[in-house]
Amino acid sequence: MPRKKDTDDINIEMDADESESDDGGNNKRTNNRRQGAGRGGARGRGRGKKPASEDEDEDDEDEAPKGRRGANKKKPVKKRGGRNAKDDDDSEDEAPKKGRKGAANKKKGGKAQDSDDDDSDAGKGKKGKRGGKKGGKDEEDSKGKKGDAKGKDKGKDKDNDNDKKKKKKKDDSSDSDSNTNSEEEESMSEGEMARLMEEVEEKKKLIATIRNKPWRMKRRLVHLKEAQEFVDKFEGALGKGKGRKWYAYKVMMKKKWIKFSRDFENFRTACIPWERKIKEVESHFGSSVASYFIFLRWMYGMNLVLFGFTFGLVVIPEVLMGLPYGSIPRKTVPRVDQHSAQDYSVLMDFQGYCKYSIMFYGYYNNQRTIGLLKFRLPLSYLMVGIGTFGYSLMVVIRTMAKNADVGGGDGDEGEFTFAWKMFTSWDYLIGNSETADNKYASITTSFKESIVDEQENQKDENIHLRRFLRVLANLMIVCSLGGSGYLIYFVVKRSQEFANRDDLSWYEKNELELIMSLLGLVCPPLFETIAELEDYHPRIALKWQLGRIFALFLGNLYTFLFALFDEVNNKLEQEGSIRNASLWAMKEYYANYTLFLNDSSLTPPPMPPADVIRGPCWETAVGIEFVKLTVSDIQVSYLTILIGDFARAVIVRFLNYCWCWDLEAGFPSYGEFDISGNVLGLVFNQGMIWMGAFYAPGLVGINVLRLLSSMYYQCWAVMATNVPHERVFKASKSNNFYMGLLLLILFLSLLPVVYTIMTLPPSFDCGPFSGKPKMFDVIMETIDLDLPAFLGTLFSYAANPGLIIPAVLLMVLAIYYLNSVSEAYQNANMELKKKMQMARDEEKNRRNNTDSTNQVMKDLEDLLPRGSLMAPPEPEKPPEPESRLTKTKPGSAGKGVNLQKDVALASPNPNARGPVNRSPGPRGAGPGQGPGRGQGPGPGRGQGPGPGRGQGPGRGQGPGGPGPGRGRGRGPPPR
Amino acid sequence: MGNKQTIFTDEQLDAYQDCTFFTRKEILRLHSRYHELAPHLVPMDYTNDPDCKLPLALIVNMPELNENPFRNRIVESFSEDGMGNLSFNEFVDMFSVLSEMAPRELKAIYAFKIYDFNVDNYLCKEDLVKTLNRLTKEELTPEEVVLVCEKAIEEADLDGDNKLSYADFENMITRAPDFLSTFHIRI
Repeated sequence: MPRKKDTDDINIEMDADESESDDGGNNKRTNNRRQGAGRGGARGRGRGKKPASEDEDEDDEDEAPKGRRGANKKKPVKKRGGRNAKDDDDSEDEAPKKGRKGAANKKKGGKAQDSDDDDSDAGKGKKGKRGGKKGGKDEEDSKGKKGDAKGKDKGKDKDNDNDKKKKKKKDDSSDSDSNTNSEEEESMSEGEMARLMEEVEEKKKLIATIRNKPWRMKRRLVHLKEAQEFVDKFEGALGKGKGRKWYAYKVMMKKKWIKFSRDFENFRTACIPWERKIKEVESHFGSSVASYFIFLRWMYGMNLVLFGFTFGLVVIPEVLMGLPYGSIPRKTVPRVDQHSAQDYSVLMDFQGYCKYSIMFYGYYNNQRTIGLLKFRLPLSYLMVGIGTFGYSLMVVIRTMAKNADVGGGDGDEGEFTFAWKMFTSWDYLIGNSETADNKYASITTSFKESIVDEQENQKDENIHLRRFLRVLANLMIVCSLGGSGYLIYFVVKRSQEFANRDDLSWYEKNELELIMSLLGLVCPPLFETIAELEDYHPRIALKWQLGRIFALFLGNLYTFLFALFDEVNNKLEQEGSIRNASLWAMKEYYANYTLFLNDSSLTPPPMPPADVIRGPCWETAVGIEFVKLTVSDIQVSYLTILIGDFARAVIVRFLNYCWCWDLEAGFPSYGEFDISGNVLGLVFNQGMIWMGAFYAPGLVGINVLRLLSSMYYQCWAVMATNVPHERVFKASKSNNFYMGLLLLILFLSLLPVVYTIMTLPPSFDCGPFSGKPKMFDVIMETIDLDLPAFLGTLFSYAANPGLIIPAVLLMVLAIYYLNSVSEAYQNANMELKKKMQMARDEEKNRRNNTDSTNQVMKDLEDLLPRGSLMAPPEPEKPPEPESRLTKTKPGSAGKGVNLQKDVALASPNPNARGPVNRSPGPRGAGPGQGPGRGQGPGPGRGQGPGPGRGQGPGRGQGPGGPGPGRGRGRGPPPR
Repeated sequence: MGNKQTIFTDEQLDAYQDCTFFTRKEILRLHSRYHELAPHLVPMDYTNDPDCKLPLALIVNMPELNENPFRNRIVESFSEDGMGNLSFNEFVDMFSVLSEMAPRELKAIYAFKIYDFNVDNYLCKEDLVKTLNRLTKEELTPEEVVLVCEKAIEEADLDGDNKLSYADFENMITRAPDFLSTFHIRI
């Protein structure tokens, strides 16, 4: 013993020297560790030899009673970090030492072969030390890795370890090949070596994964210590622990990356405007109300882009480069109106200065190019007008497609709706009481939403009555829609008659507006009442309601457009006469001019632009109509919120103290947020914008302001004055219904605009297209003048009907093809869903095959015992008692059942087992497997009668009695 | 570096780093947080493993846990005695499991323990009712609570024993999309 200690000493010192010389850059910690390791290795070599079996014992001990040993182990280990730790060698407890000795022994064996010629203790010690040191280093490495890496690194570690292991093994084997002669008697067998390696690897793995073990910290620490020691001891000459710095670097980068991506994610969510506002609304009012605000936000985004186009390409160039106000007639207020052009009431009607501003079509000049940049304003104007529609269509359709991709089904989230809600909805990160309150509210709301869905599913009702009521409701609604449609038609016709007369009463003058607003007031609540009959899920009811009110509002739109076209036609006539008159005047002027001055150069008459006779400019009139409508819409909706919601809430809240009944719970109560009304308001408003934007470029700007203010205003109003719906329901995941409405409106508003662009002649004295027979002539002009000639011919070819008709045909074909493809995908989707459901059922079945959840399977099972009818191919009688036997087994023989279950779990497919079973002879493992299979029928039958029968003969070959069968059945596992 | 040495030895720090998902800095910060909770009880010097435990009431008041409806359960399930007294080891353990780096399996185990109010290794209806009431501040009607609990069990229960064993729970939670993102605390 003393001698060994000496060697230890030497080893340690040498080790210290070497470690310093090796890489002094390492800190103290690593030094210590290394020393420990080196010493361990050396000491191990020097120490006694014990059979490997002891090792195993020790290992087993390791696994179980660690906690016991932990306490006294910790201290020694800690101290050993010091330089002169050898002193407490003896104080260490016996068990680890033993183990160390044993393992060291083995190592020595390996090493002995290593050292080919000299047997001197010192030399060996050196080597061992080195090995030990390397081991320690490795250990460090893996630790460093672990230090911050996640589970993923684990795998890497393992790989590394494996590599090392392989290397080591190779070394060993080669060494042993080359020097077989030395110290044979002391060396361990290869097998033992390998086992030791494995243990070391295992320990290393344990160290790497210890943080993933669901143990208490204390136990973890203890295990860690033990494993580290073990590894320190037995890790021999392993591969170099290269790249420690690299690992540290990688780990650091990884952490940085995680942090960066988190920050980036935060930044991105911070960039989404109003996310928090909407979340707040959602948590109190449910996703259905939030869906309105999301829709509003989406609209805002789209309008912002439209605004960018319009202002960037039309308004700002005109402001910067166009002629200033007052330079030409179209940019000047006429002399007649000048005295009142600044009056508030006039400005509010968008007359006066407003009318002759960049907001409206008429202000723009028809100069082909403006400014230094030769900006083609008329072309740009037309392109922006068309591009607005193009962009909107594209965005709406793309969003719809994306939503369909995400959402798909309405509300079904898969199998674990409630369980997930219950266990994963609380965000453990929440540390702010306000957020927490919101979260509580939102969780409650979401539970309520799901409950509503669930109740809808569970509702078992009289289907015939329900159907009858639904048909009845639809009938009533169709009737009332038809009625109101006819009423509108009738009133519009009458108003045309009235238009030609002067002796009108107040009612007759305002009949149309009155009827329209009356309809808008009465019909939605009426529809809602009728919808009660249908008793739909609120989400579906909302869609119906939206659709119906939409249909009603279409009447509104119809009357509005009708009136507008009347006006435009009037203006066109008026314009024709004015144009003739002014042309005639000009002619007169020029005739006189040339007569008196004999000068044929055409100088325009020296008239101030304010005095020039001008046409009515129907485009500006249309633009003013739309702007007025939009502004009054804004006023009305804001006032409605202020009076209908806010005033009501204030009254209910404060008058409640001195009222005879409970205002809050009773009649007036607080208002609910009117989703359908608001959504439709938004949609129709957008329609107005689309229609009006061409004639009033400023309208887009107004709309952007409106959406922006309405976001804040409505968010505030809903939080401050409204109460959640009685049945909070989940919005369908995709906003596609809203989008669909929007698309419809877009299409409807596209029609009149395109119609006017393509067919109506532009005014002769205002707007960018004045003087041209049609607005789109601007494009022709550009093609002719600015593009090379061949492009012009190309375009003329492209406009050839012979080319267009095939193109249309091709498109129709493409649509047809894509449609059928999407249908096929849908089918495949459904199929897959069904399969998943089936797989899940199967799993359930398998786990509790005592009580099959599938009724058909149960029935089959019932049929089986007396099932000679069911299965004609059955050759012998034996199956009958057997099946009975398997039936009794679950109750009687616990082990049998367990085994049976295991087998079933291991190979769930009974068909796969069937064929093998029939020929147990050829397969060598007859006794072991045969019975195991024999027990199979139980689960097998659960799947179906076929395989069960198939196994019949197999059992028949067995010894026969159930006893032996089971007895042997227990055999396989150890094998 | 100097003051770090006084709290833990390097060995200890290394061991903690191996056993948790924290870096040495974070461990030291955890210690300072632990120390702040009860400056007179918790020693600054941990090199000799002082035996010191903080009661549940103190730990639950940390801002990280204060708003959590399951705070008591979290602390209880990480304490060795089940009463919520945490030693520093257990304290570190708790935040390690709840850290961003911890793998799903580990989190699932402790989530199961947290939601298992009556510590019978099953999530039975009683546990679910408690969970639900904490989540919603008892805003749901009793019928709704019963409905939700029954549905949740029906969804996740694979072996048909009308309560959720760990296997059921794990099967359910590993598929949950938000579990990893919600079941963690940054400290």
